[in-house]
Formats: sequence, C-alpha cells, structure tokens
Amino acid sequence: MQAAPPAPTAAAPVVRARNLSLVFDADGQKTVALSDVSLDIAGGSFVSLIGPSGCGKTTLLRAIADLERPTSGSLVVNGLSPEQARRNRAYGYVFQAPALYPWRSVERNVMLPLEIMGMPPEERRRRAERYLDLVGLREFRRRFPWQLSGGMQQRVSIARALSFEPALLLMDEPFGALDEITRDGLNLHLHRLWRSTGMTVIFVTHSIPEAVYLSSRIVVMSPRPGKVVEIIDVDLPGERELDVRETPAFLAVAHRVREALRAGHSYD
Amino acid sequence: MTVLELLLLAAGGAAGLSLLARREGRLGQVGTPLLFGALVLAAWQIACVEFEIPRVLLPAPSAVAAAIVRSLPILAADFMQTVAHAVLIGWLLGSGAGLLAAVALDRSAFLRRGVLPLGSLVSAMPIVGIAPIMVMWFGFDWQSKAAVIVVMTFFPMLVNATAGLEATGTMERDLMHSYGAGYWQTLLKLRLPYALPFVFNALKLNSTLALIGGIVAEFFGTPIVGMGFRISTEVARMNLDVVWAEITMAAVVGSASFAALALVERAVTFWHPSFRA
Repeated sequence: MQAAPPAPTAAAPVVRARNLSLVFDADGQKTVALSDVSLDIAGGSFVSLIGPSGCGKTTLLRAIADLERPTSGSLVVNGLSPEQARRNRAYGYVFQAPALYPWRSVERNVMLPLEIMGMPPEERRRRAERYLDLVGLREFRRRFPWQLSGGMQQRVSIARALSFEPALLLMDEPFGALDEITRDGLNLHLHRLWRSTGMTVIFVTHSIPEAVYLSSRIVVMSPRPGKVVEIIDVDLPGERELDVRETPAFLAVAHRVREALRAGHSYD
Repeated sequence: MTVLELLLLAAGGAAGLSLLARREGRLGQVGTPLLFGALVLAAWQIACVEFEIPRVLLPAPSAVAAAIVRSLPILAADFMQTVAHAVLIGWLLGSGAGLLAAVALDRSAFLRRGVLPLGSLVSAMPIVGIAPIMVMWFGFDWQSKAAVIVVMTFFPMLVNATAGLEATGTMERDLMHSYGAGYWQTLLKLRLPYALPFVFNALKLNSTLALIGGIVAEFFGTPIVGMGFRISTEVARMNLDVVWAEITMAAVVGSASFAALALVERAVTFWHPSFRA
C-alpha cells in the first residue's frame, strides 16, 4: 500500500514550509526552536541544513518527519501533511547514531521496516541483499551490528532507510560521530548513491566542507530563534570526487557559507 | 588420624588448589570449585569424627550421604510435591502474570502510578503471614503453596518488566514511529526484546524466592509429604541427617534451576553487552 509520490517537478516541491514556527514548552519554559521558516525543497535535490547548535536544523528535519509538531505555519510533504506522509512511508530517516537492534543480524536489521510494512519474505530478502550490496556490506549480512565498526554500522542504517525505496531521505548528522577518514569515504559513497537513485535528500550537518561537497543547495540557519539566513545554490559539477574540495569554485562556495553563518550568528 | 596426617592433607589440598586456580580454561574453571568443595567436605567429615560432634548438632557428610541413599523414595515424593508442583507452577504463574500485568499497565501511566507502590506493600508482607491465609483459601495441598509463591513472585516480575519496557531509547522509538509502526508492532519488535534482560533478572530472582516460599509455606499446614513438611517433622524427631538430606536437595535444585535459567538467558540475550563475545 505504498502511495506513489508525486513526480518531482519544479512546480510541486517535495517539501514546502510556509511561515513555520515551533516552540518547545517545557514546564512553562518556552524555547523558540523555529521562527517563521519558509522553504521549498525541489524533488531530486540534495539540500543541506547547516548552522550552529541550537539553530533548529534538527528540529526542522524532525518536523518534516512528523517527529515534532510545528506550533504554527504550514508544512507539506509530498503534497500531504507530515503525518499522512509518514503513514505513507514517504521518507527514510537516518539518525545521528545507527540505532540498529543488537538482537537482529545486519540483514534482519535492514529487513525491519519491510516486516513492519508487511512485505513478503522473499521480497524482503531480495531488498536486503540489494541495499546491503549498495552500501558495500553484503558479505557482513549474517554478522551482528556490534561486530561491525561505527562507520559500517551507519552504512547498515543507511541501507535500512533505503530498503523500502522512499523518494525522500532525511539524514540528521549521520556522520557526526565518525572519524574524518571514514567520513570522507561515506561522503563519497552517499554522493554516488544520490546521483544514481535520483532521490531527494535533506541532510543536517555542521560541517561546511561536507555540506558544500554533497549538496545542490545549502540552507544556512541561525540560532535563537532558529531561522533561515540564506539559501545558497552550489554550482559545482554534478559528479564530484573528493578532490573537488581543493578547487577554487568549491572554496568560493565554502566562503559564502562561512560568511552567511557569521552574519547569522550574533555573539551576544 | 594424627596431626601430621591432617597437616599433610591440608598442605596437599592447598597446593592442588593454587595450581588449579592458575590454570586457564575448563580444568581451572571447573576443577577449582570442585576441589575446594571436596576439601571443605573432608574438613567437615574429619571434624565430626575427630571431635565426636553429636549427630543432632551436625551430622557428618557420610551420614548425610547415607540418609540420602536410604530415603531416596521419600526425597523423590517430596520433590514431586514441593518442586514439581508448588514451586514450578507457582513460579510460572506468578512470573507470567507479572509480565502480562507489566504489558497491561504499560498503556496507562495512571494505573502504573497506582499499582506499583501497592506492589512494594505486598512485597513487604511476611510469608509467615500470608501462608496460613492461603491454606484457608486454597486448602492443604500444593495449590495453597503455589498461591504463596504467586504472591511472592508477581511483583518482582512486574517491577522489573516495567523498568525493561521503559528502557527503550528515544531514537529506537522514533525509528519505529517513522515506519508508521503501531503499538503492538513496536512492543513485539522493539520493546519486549529490549526488556528481556530485565525479565531474566526477575526470573532468576523469582526461582530463588519460589523455592524458599514453597518450603517455608509447608510449615503452615500440609499433607504428609513435601520438603518443608519433612524438614519440620524430622527436626522434631531428631533425625537431623534426613533434614540435611532435604537441605542438600534444596541446594542442588536451587543451583540447577538458576544455572539452567542463566544458560537460557545467555542463548536468548546473546546480544546484550554483558554476553557479547
């Protein structure tokens, strides 16, 4: 029962936020996490949300995923409300930590969403094999998560998010806890994956090089209250190798992002 | 036996122990406690014989062994009455009901707040108080003993399983939410497996409680069979070797069931950090 997502066209963005605000109210202590955010995310694009801690980038991602409820404004995902979109399994979500279930083998972790969605066992096995292959972990499918390195575990969680073939992938600082060498490898991997599948990715990070390398668009946010400062298009070649990070074009975009971050950040 | 012989035995035993304890692997692991136990038994035997300790105060291990062999049919009947009926059934019913209650209470914070403090009240009730009441309610046979055990084991399981169901991380729950998983899917695929180490803790704790409860409850009215009945009557008849035979059986049954549960736990929660290879 998977609703076909609408064809990604410029006219119908995958995510459309209008004057979105979100206030956390913990025992009368109000924290404004998002203030008046308006944003369109086009189908097939790779959009990074970047900003310092407390700028609401994760909150925005969680609101899109229906893990938080906006206080006001409108938010449309695939033409539906976030809750309907979630129930239609519109998106895959990759968390900061792999969040794999230790009692399930790697393969059965990838099959978890497929089981919940009621897919027949034969198809589950086929999908698990296919997506573990895609993240280069097919020969580890019988292992348990705790027998794998941190980077491998995060790749399993990406395969798990891809297994039900959502048109939208939401990633919340997925490589934040990994060392730089592992992170470089995964960035290259993710970039190729996005190029080959044509899916829409929304990626939360606070690393400028990572955002510039991966994205077709960068949304720069600022804290207290969380709002969008600037939206920067990344005019780099579609197919990117890691050494694109040393080209003048790359450094120019990185500079613009850094300037925007500085402008949005008041040192009070 | 002379003092010299005793010293030689002690020195030999100590040397063997220190050698075994340093050994890696199975021989050291199994051999050390076995040899240690044998030395304690030997010391006990020698002390009883040399110092002529009265049988009523402390029978020698050989006397206890003889009593075990002599009263095997009685021990078997007592085992069937106390362990195979009262303890096993009471433990299963009490632990099972505790687990079901934890799942039922899980959906309502209101009920949880009401029932859990009540649980500590019931746990604090002395077994000597509830055993006679259960005899009034369920009769003299094993059913009343099983009822005492149900009361004793229900709340440890309820409290542990409740804690286990609440132990799931927010990220794992968000993950299930993002898949649009319902309450029961989340319970079966995430929260119950997560709670298993807590459940096994309660099962092990309850196995000890159940054996104690089953034996002590028989002090308050019972048919003429059962481990508790035998202990109380044989003490009165000064047959302390039979009492020790029953205690030996209780110790063996208790350790064996605990070990069996630990083995099952290891097989089922092999993924838990405390077991990972």
